[in-house]
Amino acid sequence: MSEIPAELRYASSHEWAKNDDGTVTVGITAHAQDAMGDLVYVELPEVGQVVAAGDEAGVVESVKAASDIYAPVSGEIVAINEALEDEPELVNNVPYEGGWLFKIAMSEESDLDNLLTADQYQAQIESE
Amino acid sequence: MSETQLIFQLSQPGRSAVSQAPKALADDKLSAIPAHLRRKQKPALPEVSEMQVVRHYTNLSSKNFAIDKQFYPLGSCTMKYNPRGANRAAMLPGFLNRHPLAPETHSQGFLSCMFELQNFLKEVTGMKGVSLAPMAGAQGEFAGVAMIRAYHEARGDEGRTEILIPEAAHGTNPATAVMCGYKVREVPVGKDGDVDLDALKAACGPQTAGLMMTNPSTCGVFERQIEAIAKTVHEAGGLLYYDGANLNAILGKVRPGDMGFDVIHMNLHKTFATPHGGGGPGAGPVGVSERLLPYLPTPMAGQRDDGSYHWIDTDTLETSIGHLSAFMGNAGVLLRAYYYARSLGREGMIRVGEFSTLAANYLLKRLEAVGCTAAYPDRRASHEFILTFAKEAKELGVTAMDIAKRLLDYNQHAPTTYFPLLVPECFLIEPTETESKEALDEFVDAMAAILEEARTQPDMVKEAPFTQPVRRLDDVKAARELDLAWSE
Repeated sequence: MSEIPAELRYASSHEWAKNDDGTVTVGITAHAQDAMGDLVYVELPEVGQVVAAGDEAGVVESVKAASDIYAPVSGEIVAINEALEDEPELVNNVPYEGGWLFKIAMSEESDLDNLLTADQYQAQIESE
Repeated sequence: MSETQLIFQLSQPGRSAVSQAPKALADDKLSAIPAHLRRKQKPALPEVSEMQVVRHYTNLSSKNFAIDKQFYPLGSCTMKYNPRGANRAAMLPGFLNRHPLAPETHSQGFLSCMFELQNFLKEVTGMKGVSLAPMAGAQGEFAGVAMIRAYHEARGDEGRTEILIPEAAHGTNPATAVMCGYKVREVPVGKDGDVDLDALKAACGPQTAGLMMTNPSTCGVFERQIEAIAKTVHEAGGLLYYDGANLNAILGKVRPGDMGFDVIHMNLHKTFATPHGGGGPGAGPVGVSERLLPYLPTPMAGQRDDGSYHWIDTDTLETSIGHLSAFMGNAGVLLRAYYYARSLGREGMIRVGEFSTLAANYLLKRLEAVGCTAAYPDRRASHEFILTFAKEAKELGVTAMDIAKRLLDYNQHAPTTYFPLLVPECFLIEPTETESKEALDEFVDAMAAILEEARTQPDMVKEAPFTQPVRRLDDVKAARELDLAWSE
């Protein structure tokens, strides 16, 4: 079973979110990268772009498929992981660390409450 | 000959083949090209003998998997056998040498074929008008949605900004909608492969420009609520677009026009006798209902009262969305389709639909009997069906890709893998009406043997193929490093 860190929050569309004082780091879960297979391309949002929770904020593309990334919370994009341009495999290798996608300065703290806990996310992938 | 040599590596200075050598150009022909546009040095072309050319390409062609050599059950693609006769007819010198700018009076034979083909396609799809202009499926889709846009704009019906697309739609549909300036809203599909009607109702509104749908869908099933779907979209003021990717299965049996579709594109390079999948020329004619007739792309073939044929163009059809290419579509592909339609006739068309469906259902039932898992076990397959190897992947570590690779060792082309995306570890299998029962049985035997191997020697299956000119390719490297130029 793939790793699901207990301290993170999860969207049902397989993004993880980590809150550090209102700046939320976003990536895709180990389960999601495993289902996608080896990534060959990652398209990220632009810094300064304002997104609402649930908006498309990027695309990950593997040899099998391309999949949209949705912003788990509302706010402004304040950083993107530029290393992924040359090394999209970071998402496969270290999805919760060096494979993060972007950071959002969260505008609605309550958005976090709409996300799943690790246990709830675990239950979701088991039922899939 | 080495396995890996390129034709360029065989080159020897001064060697040539009479049949391949460029004809010397007289100076007066070159004089029309300004001196600064003429190349200074000769192009780097391989210098080889005729025998070397023949051997090189014959050897290469024998390495290919091809419908001429093997069963090719690539779902969603309809890789059926295309009768040689259709190609022979399209290659008749009168067709082959006709210049696209030849006057109508010199093109009556060609125009009559195109006019009749328009009528055949109208009848088989139940639409009111057909244009043969689109050069391929993607352009047919573009033309279709451009007509939907033209229709709304002509009525001053602004504010229609969204195209609805079910999850089980063809992957090109969202790209088409965006290309035409629309936002895409996805509509979920239920457990049985049908569209979630309640979700569709909730998604429809004054912002809905239309719905793009493939029926039968890429789940390989016929959408049973199509009439209710058409009603819902029409009541919201939207139009219905039919993606003809899977038309083969319903040919002569059900007509998109009767289901309520307003616009349809057909892939003549799938269903109507042109080989498909090599990136070669295609043809994606569009058919429309009454209200979209004014917007059909031009040129089209028309007939005068005296029986002669003529081009219909934007000078008389001013509301048309216009030209999609310099001339009218890919003539060769359209001529093959004409020959194919004429040789099948009305009865033959029905047999295409019936036998492609029969072959798919026979294969599905036999594969289930040898231990394969169907994605939609309760549904009748249309022309294609989905198997899922999620169980094998989880319990044995053998994925759909491993099984696909192992099939090559059994001399069977692998089906489509990992598509549609909503079914994990899947195969999408489409046998088509052109395969014999014996060919289908051989495929079943191969699958049964591989499932047994997956249980007893999974590590071997994960290493397959063993018998091909190459083993597994590095598809990640191929996708990441796109620069393929050869240099000495």
